[in-house]
Amino acid sequence: MKKILPALLAMGLAFAPASLAFAQDGQGPTENSASEQAAAGEDASAEAAEEGHAETPHYPLKEPETLSWSFAGPFGHWDVGQLQRGLKVYKEVCSACHGMRLVAFRNLEALGYNEAQVKAFAGEYTVQDGPNGDGEMFDRPGIPSDYFPSPFPNHEAAAAANNGAAPPDFSLLAKARAVERGFPTFLFDLFSQYQEGGPNYIHALLTGYGQEPSPQVESLIQEGTYYNPYFISGPALAMPPPLSDDQVEYPDGAPQTVDQYARDVAAFMMWAAEPHLAERKATGFVVMIFLVVFAGLLFVVKRRVWAGTPH
Amino acid sequence: MQWLDARLPLPRLMYDSFVAYPVPRNLNYAYTFGGILAIFLVVQILTGVVLAMHYAANSAIAFDSVEKIMRDVNWGWMLRYMHANGASFFFIAVYVHIFRGLYYGSYKAPREVLWILGVIIFLLMMATAFMGYVLPWGQMSFWGATVITGFFTAFPLIGDPIQQLLLGGFAVDNATLNRFFSLHYLLPFMIAGVVILHVWALHVTGQTNPTGVEVKSSKDTVPFTPHATIKDSFAMAIFLILFAYMVFYLPNYLGHADNYIEANPLKTPSHIVPEWYFLPFYAMLRAITFNIGPIDSKLGGVLVMFGSILVLFFVPWLDTSRIRSTAFRPVYKIFFWILVADCIFLGWLGSRPAEGIYPALALAGTIYYFGHFLFVLPVLGLVETPARLPGSISESVLAKHGGSGTPVGAAAAPETKG
Repeated sequence: MKKILPALLAMGLAFAPASLAFAQDGQGPTENSASEQAAAGEDASAEAAEEGHAETPHYPLKEPETLSWSFAGPFGHWDVGQLQRGLKVYKEVCSACHGMRLVAFRNLEALGYNEAQVKAFAGEYTVQDGPNGDGEMFDRPGIPSDYFPSPFPNHEAAAAANNGAAPPDFSLLAKARAVERGFPTFLFDLFSQYQEGGPNYIHALLTGYGQEPSPQVESLIQEGTYYNPYFISGPALAMPPPLSDDQVEYPDGAPQTVDQYARDVAAFMMWAAEPHLAERKATGFVVMIFLVVFAGLLFVVKRRVWAGTPH
Repeated sequence: MQWLDARLPLPRLMYDSFVAYPVPRNLNYAYTFGGILAIFLVVQILTGVVLAMHYAANSAIAFDSVEKIMRDVNWGWMLRYMHANGASFFFIAVYVHIFRGLYYGSYKAPREVLWILGVIIFLLMMATAFMGYVLPWGQMSFWGATVITGFFTAFPLIGDPIQQLLLGGFAVDNATLNRFFSLHYLLPFMIAGVVILHVWALHVTGQTNPTGVEVKSSKDTVPFTPHATIKDSFAMAIFLILFAYMVFYLPNYLGHADNYIEANPLKTPSHIVPEWYFLPFYAMLRAITFNIGPIDSKLGGVLVMFGSILVLFFVPWLDTSRIRSTAFRPVYKIFFWILVADCIFLGWLGSRPAEGIYPALALAGTIYYFGHFLFVLPVLGLVETPARLPGSISESVLAKHGGSGTPVGAAAAPETKG
């Protein structure tokens, strides 16, 4: 026990985010493991023999790149400028198809906007309200307590307008997508506090279009879908590449590239999914300090109590 | 106090149980998990009662009501993450507690009833945790409930009626959610009731200790307060540090991303997995991929899974060893650690898809699990030559401290304290 306590203290104070060590740039596409390629080779021969009943490859075909995020690690916090840019990308591009029904306009104050700005922002949306005194539904401008309106009236309409695949709601997407980390990475994640699988995945997906599929994979791609090796549940998805360079104008001078758009909107989606993230980590730090000091005091008292008692 | 004591001796009961109660002086930190479990039961009930004030048990709004808690309720995110991770830490603590019992022979006479009550608590915990996981009404909630209640259909004749009774219909639906919420609220109080019996039984027989030698004189014990109180408190604080680390920094690490997608009866997740603490049992369930005579593979898997817990009830009579503590059983010690490794291995297999070599490995792990209880425990107890036991607890303690001739035991005797 005498050795464990200092170790825990050290861990409590120095859990520096080791994950950040993984560089965010200069990494080529993650290569498929040898076994996967071997499996693919076998598939090809099996396919020739019996009518393409190949074993499904494991998706995603490529692991998402691990980026550095301001909200990662024990002292994670939001980059407000980034969230504002992400909101702009969402509003001008994504919101054409994707709703965000759990986020209210009033929540945008967390993005650094004041009450008047939020009011003006909400006023740009039209919200259906009612019934009024005559029993009629009516449209009115949005107010801060309204939630982001969804682009489609219901799931079926969304699916019908999008080739059968309804665009998922953004409210929780950054927490609802996780590429499996595998052994032993998932153990290291305990110490690096890796919780950014969602934003990494979103960024990888948005920047992963336009690659050339291998012939084996190509045969699996369905008509009307777009190849993306980072897609978590298949070789291709129904969403066409949504972003292109210079599509959204950034007033703050950030680079207007697909990569930057993807980072910003992914960070914004993390905020939408976990609005209290920064507050949580700040609270955690105080709690940890309290508990470590408290445990230290208890340890000293315990030593005193047991001092005269061999055990 | 005396006034109350004369009418209802509650203060006396508390004093006798938690202050003057003699505990063996050589208890190590493995013995602190009982106290840790007690505070986790309290944490779960307190956070759970507050969460229930904001939660709506209706399949149309359950998912959104949980998100309301996460976003709009003051400190709601903390309550929910504490409750969700608290369940995991409850199971971490209970697994350490169970393995400690197995290692030090805490199930052996005269503590069989104590052990059986513990297994009942474990079963109630599993039921509570399973039903609690359904309440957020995410994809894993829904499909986990579908898979697990589907087990019951494996039983001939009575299976289908039991399943329909559990579900309140033919499929997981609003009726299921309502009854699971009701039971999820009820069962923790039943656990608390059985815990009282468990502690009562413990205080009748007294605790075991790492030597397995029963307490022989007052030299062997120290009073519960302050000795055990402070040691338990320190262990609790360390455990709470680990708990807080997960709650505040990795709150979703032990969960599944799919549970942030609202339940959709028309869309099956590619890979349904239960919570991590059920994975060893899930692996055993799926290990049976073949029919055994009239028992088809599905029923076989279900029987094996239930059997893996039922076998724990019989451990007191399966173990034939005269020695209580594994510390003095050199051969069994090896088998014990193989069992621990086997359970972790099964847990890992439970998280793998049932394809390739995994079911075969799971079968091997399952065979060892049962082999340990049904073969190793009865046979090894008869053939193993144990190491020499110390004459008493104080003798072993003094031997560890160099066996100096000073009358340490007397100096530390409880009578001289405070």
